[in-house]
Amino acid sequence: MTELLPTIWFILISVLWTGFLFLEGFDLGVGMLMKLFARTDRERRVLLNTVGPVWDGNEVWLVTAIGATLAAFPLWYASLLSTLYLPFILVLLALIFRAVAFEYRGKMNSDQWRRRWDLAIFLGSFTAAAGIGAALALTTSGLPLNENGDRVGGPFVWVTFDAFLGAAAVVLFCLAHALAFLVLKTDGPIRERARKLLIRLLPLAVVPLLLWAATVHLAGGTVWTGLILAVAVAAAAASWFAEWSSHDGWGFIWLGAALAASLACIFGSAYPVVLPSTLSDAFNLTVENASSSPYTLGLMSIVAAIGVPLVLAYQGWTYWVFRKRVTEKSIPDAHSVSPL
Amino acid sequence: MEALEIARWQFGITTVYHFLMVPLTIGLGLVVAVMQTLWYRTGKDHYLRMTKFWGKLFLINFIMGVATGLVQEFQFGLAWSEYSRFVGDVFGAPLAMEALLAFFVESTFLGLWIFGWQRLPKVLHLGALWAAVVASVFSAYFIIVANSWMQHPVGVELVDGRARMVDAWAVFTNNTALVAFTHTIFGALAVAGGFLLGIAWYHLWKRRHDGLDTVDGDGKVVVGTDASGSRGVIDHQVWLRSARIGAVVALISFAGTAVSGDLQAKLMFEQQPMKMAAAEAACHDGTGFSVLSVGNLGSQDCDDIVAVFEVPGLLSFLANGDFTTEVKGVNTLLPEYKEQYGQTLPDDPMYGERAGMSIDYLPVMEVTYWGFRIMIGFGALAAFAALVALRILRKGTVPESRWLMRLAVFGILAPFGANSAGWIFTEMGRQPFVVAPNPDPSGIDGVFMFTAAAVSPGVSLAELVFSLVALTLVYAVLLVVEVKLLFTYVRGGVASAMPELAARHDDDSSSRGKDDDDVLAFAY
Repeated sequence: MTELLPTIWFILISVLWTGFLFLEGFDLGVGMLMKLFARTDRERRVLLNTVGPVWDGNEVWLVTAIGATLAAFPLWYASLLSTLYLPFILVLLALIFRAVAFEYRGKMNSDQWRRRWDLAIFLGSFTAAAGIGAALALTTSGLPLNENGDRVGGPFVWVTFDAFLGAAAVVLFCLAHALAFLVLKTDGPIRERARKLLIRLLPLAVVPLLLWAATVHLAGGTVWTGLILAVAVAAAAASWFAEWSSHDGWGFIWLGAALAASLACIFGSAYPVVLPSTLSDAFNLTVENASSSPYTLGLMSIVAAIGVPLVLAYQGWTYWVFRKRVTEKSIPDAHSVSPL
Repeated sequence: MEALEIARWQFGITTVYHFLMVPLTIGLGLVVAVMQTLWYRTGKDHYLRMTKFWGKLFLINFIMGVATGLVQEFQFGLAWSEYSRFVGDVFGAPLAMEALLAFFVESTFLGLWIFGWQRLPKVLHLGALWAAVVASVFSAYFIIVANSWMQHPVGVELVDGRARMVDAWAVFTNNTALVAFTHTIFGALAVAGGFLLGIAWYHLWKRRHDGLDTVDGDGKVVVGTDASGSRGVIDHQVWLRSARIGAVVALISFAGTAVSGDLQAKLMFEQQPMKMAAAEAACHDGTGFSVLSVGNLGSQDCDDIVAVFEVPGLLSFLANGDFTTEVKGVNTLLPEYKEQYGQTLPDDPMYGERAGMSIDYLPVMEVTYWGFRIMIGFGALAAFAALVALRILRKGTVPESRWLMRLAVFGILAPFGANSAGWIFTEMGRQPFVVAPNPDPSGIDGVFMFTAAAVSPGVSLAELVFSLVALTLVYAVLLVVEVKLLFTYVRGGVASAMPELAARHDDDSSSRGKDDDDVLAFAY
């Protein structure tokens, strides 16, 4: 059992990233659609309020993925973050602006105020999606690490085709996922427009994601990861068909399944390497040489066994509480705050 | 400046800034949860208004804590990769637990609370707030366990040059953590107390200023109402109760910080004697507490410093519980530290260009000395003000004096200052170590780390300068925005958080009926 612990934690961290991209995926996408899709202020508020009660909880999946990486694979955490220093700083700045914008946008009744925060939400969502996509792609394709796990080369040495592929994969997936979410969560004209756009966009939007998975599979995959990749392609096709035939729920679920299968293929093909070095295979960080002690992994396993099901239960309940569709009619008028 | 200094400035700025929001989140969250509980139990209107008004300010502040807290989870890996490698096995556990067991609850249930008005049954809605608030207290516990391990490493052994956890119980019940946690929670409540008192004072003063409340011959308040009726007796109740709750919370939390702080000082005397000496600018062994010392605190020649006014015996009492035990001064401690931990940084690649440099075991004394005094001074000042306020409030209102009102509002800053000063003192007093050695005779050997060894070797100076400037600018802009919003919502009174109060007498905006089931009770 002890020797399995690093592998279990590798799987768990893959699950946390999948949870993050599945859940935050649609609210990052909704953030981008605030500028790209919504036409009036009321439409923007409809979009915002579909994710209003849940976006903050979704973002914790990222915090937990990073925190769990520090606890379970300190060497992975240290090398990944310090090597991708600038992209992660940009992601953090983006997430800071985006979080504050969500909460502050409606707190003053002025067009200029709202426009500025809308821009913050759009740029924040885009930068976070692109940055995290790039970082995850580089996690699987490798970075120039020396024997100590430190970067060799300048601050921009990570700018590669793989980084762009990962960024495009996550940004486009988030857009499609958000449209599928809006079809589920809104009603009336917005919903119809979202569906039409999704049907046109979806075949294109999943291409970089599947391509990324295929690249990683070809580099180090097995028959199993090949099968999972086939599942991902099938799920993406099923999602398109479901949206086309107006089965909203299935469309959303199949698209999520395409993401989960792609990530399973990616992480599965990379295993047991967690962060390859492009300089020498001897410097690769693996589940074995980058992990914490069995004692710490055992302790954290108990915590995760209790914590993760609880999170799934109460977050699931939250979605149930706020299951009602948000429409233009459900948005109250903006109100001004004036001094007494 | 070199990379190490930039990285330290960045950590200091991002963490101190984050901790401006955190105490208010924890303290005000607890107070708002009590207010909503009182509303649930009694159904009284003023408790609902208090919940809504203070809850709105709580949320404006909360989100800034969330946003700046994100940086904390990442920055150990970004700029401090060697530190992460050295301590990850033990330090990562409380951090990951914080995310999984506390932060998830906090974020999810606060979303339920914000959007759950009239959607959730009242008791569940109240429960959602309590879940979020209790989780924020747990959050504080986990983070302080992690920090206290850096102050006093326990429950580990050294394997291949890295700290490895062998006793989780020791880590999670670290005596340093238990007292620091208590101290921090009381510190957070002190912030909330001052916040409530200052703002409620402003509104009681405003009511007098606007001629709503007057004082009769016996000095008792006569409560009036405005033309619209929204600022009547209930409004007065809101501010009077808030002010009284604030003052009482401030007093209780001052007592709590004093008792827990005393326990901390006694642990510090054992665990980090140099920090204790530096807090006192005490060069020679002695028993007296310096109230004021002059001289060049920053000089390496400790004999420049002269204590102008000392309380005999008090330092011994703080450190050891009696009046006679001599507390070791800097001049005694320096040779001890040099002998135990070396004169120069080891010739190890992890120190980079810093290998072989001599180690300065004396923290920056201006910071430790004044940090310690500002913490205690501001804390005591806020408590004294709360006591005076409580007495003045017996009349049921506040004096018409404008400068007294300004003082009350300005006084909100004192507990914030005390919190920041305390943290800056304890973190900078730990230098030159990032993980301070554990001097306990039964403590573990060799588990300590110099700050000079902790920084990321692969990150360039230019990257660090960029991030320091970018984060600082963004933080400065957001602070202006937050304070502006807080001012706006405070000035707007209860109606700013309850638009229905403002709309009650304004027929135009009632076109979208409140009874309409489709309209959200709250929306962004």
